[in-house]
Amino acid sequence: MTLTAKAAPSTKQPPSLPAMHTVKLTVNGIETELQLAPWTSLLDALREYMHLTGTKKGCDHGQCGACTVLVNGKRINACLTLAIMQEGNEITTIEGLARKDADGKDGLHPIQQAFMDHDAFQCGYCTPGQICSAVGMMNEGHARTADDIRELMSGNICRCGAYTNIVDAIQSVMNPQPDAA
Amino acid sequence: MNSFAYTRADGVTHAVSERADEPTAAFVAGGTNLIDLMKENVARPTRLIDINRLPLATITDTENGGLRLGALVTNADTAYNKKVAKNYPLLSEAILAGASAQLRNMATDGGNLMQRTRCYYFYDLATPCNKREPGSGCSAINGFNRIHAILGTGTPTGEVQCIATHPSDMCVALAALEATVRVTGPDGDRTIPFAEFHRLPGDTPQLDNTLEAGELITAIDLPANGFSKNYAYLKLRDRASYAFALVSVAAALELEGNTITDARIALGGVAHKPWRRPEVEAMLHGKSVGNDVFQTVADALLDGAQGYGHNTFKLELAKRAIVRALSQAAKLN
Repeated sequence: MTLTAKAAPSTKQPPSLPAMHTVKLTVNGIETELQLAPWTSLLDALREYMHLTGTKKGCDHGQCGACTVLVNGKRINACLTLAIMQEGNEITTIEGLARKDADGKDGLHPIQQAFMDHDAFQCGYCTPGQICSAVGMMNEGHARTADDIRELMSGNICRCGAYTNIVDAIQSVMNPQPDAA
Repeated sequence: MNSFAYTRADGVTHAVSERADEPTAAFVAGGTNLIDLMKENVARPTRLIDINRLPLATITDTENGGLRLGALVTNADTAYNKKVAKNYPLLSEAILAGASAQLRNMATDGGNLMQRTRCYYFYDLATPCNKREPGSGCSAINGFNRIHAILGTGTPTGEVQCIATHPSDMCVALAALEATVRVTGPDGDRTIPFAEFHRLPGDTPQLDNTLEAGELITAIDLPANGFSKNYAYLKLRDRASYAFALVSVAAALELEGNTITDARIALGGVAHKPWRRPEVEAMLHGKSVGNDVFQTVADALLDGAQGYGHNTFKLELAKRAIVRALSQAAKLN
């Protein structure tokens, strides 16, 4: 019996992967067209295909909040939604929060500035998610007290334990105090 | 995650027919539970049928004075809806006791009903689980079962198959309020009383609910009475926020003076479905509010409960939670 070195090409097709989809995402005001598999999460699309690495992958299961982004102004976990499901929506990441100040100069979002002023982080890994979540919480308008902030920010874990300063930073933007003379 | 195909449904009929054509496909709305289960390979649909564009995202008045929650209304939009917050505060509070703000912004009301258990062994493909793989065994019964069920685990043969709990807070309130689930499918529309939507594990723990193959939830109807005067949702958990219930209680009372004319008590975290015993609730009718009568009811509600070791503390915890929730609903403290 002889063995041929190479089998003749099989006429049988291997199981085919589902087709890639053309996905149009609007991120930070810019529409981008990507070729994505259906299972690409919004988080992976942002980080791996658009190179917007400010949005962090922590647990990838919706438990830590590091991937929090805003979709149509509402905060969500980018790891638990598929990029293809977000077509037609306005996505804002940490890279898109900074804005022009009154003098037309580039300025940080007030929450970003407050996090710096209040030293509201240590390692910084959860910070983009914390900031996006805080902006989303302020858009929602249900937080009044420090306890409300703690409850409504509970989807963002900080393993360094910077919670006290995070709450202070958010409160300073929600309830600006006049400068003490 | 396994590969899968994707279809964006443009209407209810389209969604249902796509699912009928491919029985291994799954509907996806918020995705907060399904996509997580797919990442773990616990769920392996061959196609996702995205129903987010379906016109099911409104809250409307019903003819009989209640509210219809479209299946695609998010949990957050439901909890903060003015009519829900005013007339069904028990439901608002239960929703806001669950998950995180981010998840509530994604998760839909229909999807909340379809949540699967958070049993560790259900998520762990390396261990037997009768819910994930019927006939393989239950790892929780003799395993680490702190979060597991103490009620309704019996089977016709007497051999317990599954001690998983249903994880929802929202569904505990919906059970107490006696909501109705509206569904559509290949055989048309029907309604399911909330008490009959979720099921006990029995000998088929792989089935969480009584939906027929290919059926899609379109709405949840709330009856006119929201028990908005005397209610409490008490949730006990290992953290102050963002944790599943060890025990939760939705308590709702109708009072004339101090006399109870109607009572609803639903328990979360203790069974495969929100736990109610209407015949026990009826023991409160005509009684004056007070901790003694509440204790009697709590004892009766836990009748037949069984602990499995790590979760045996729930027997006493549930009784105390029931008394506390009823006394909060009656404004005794």
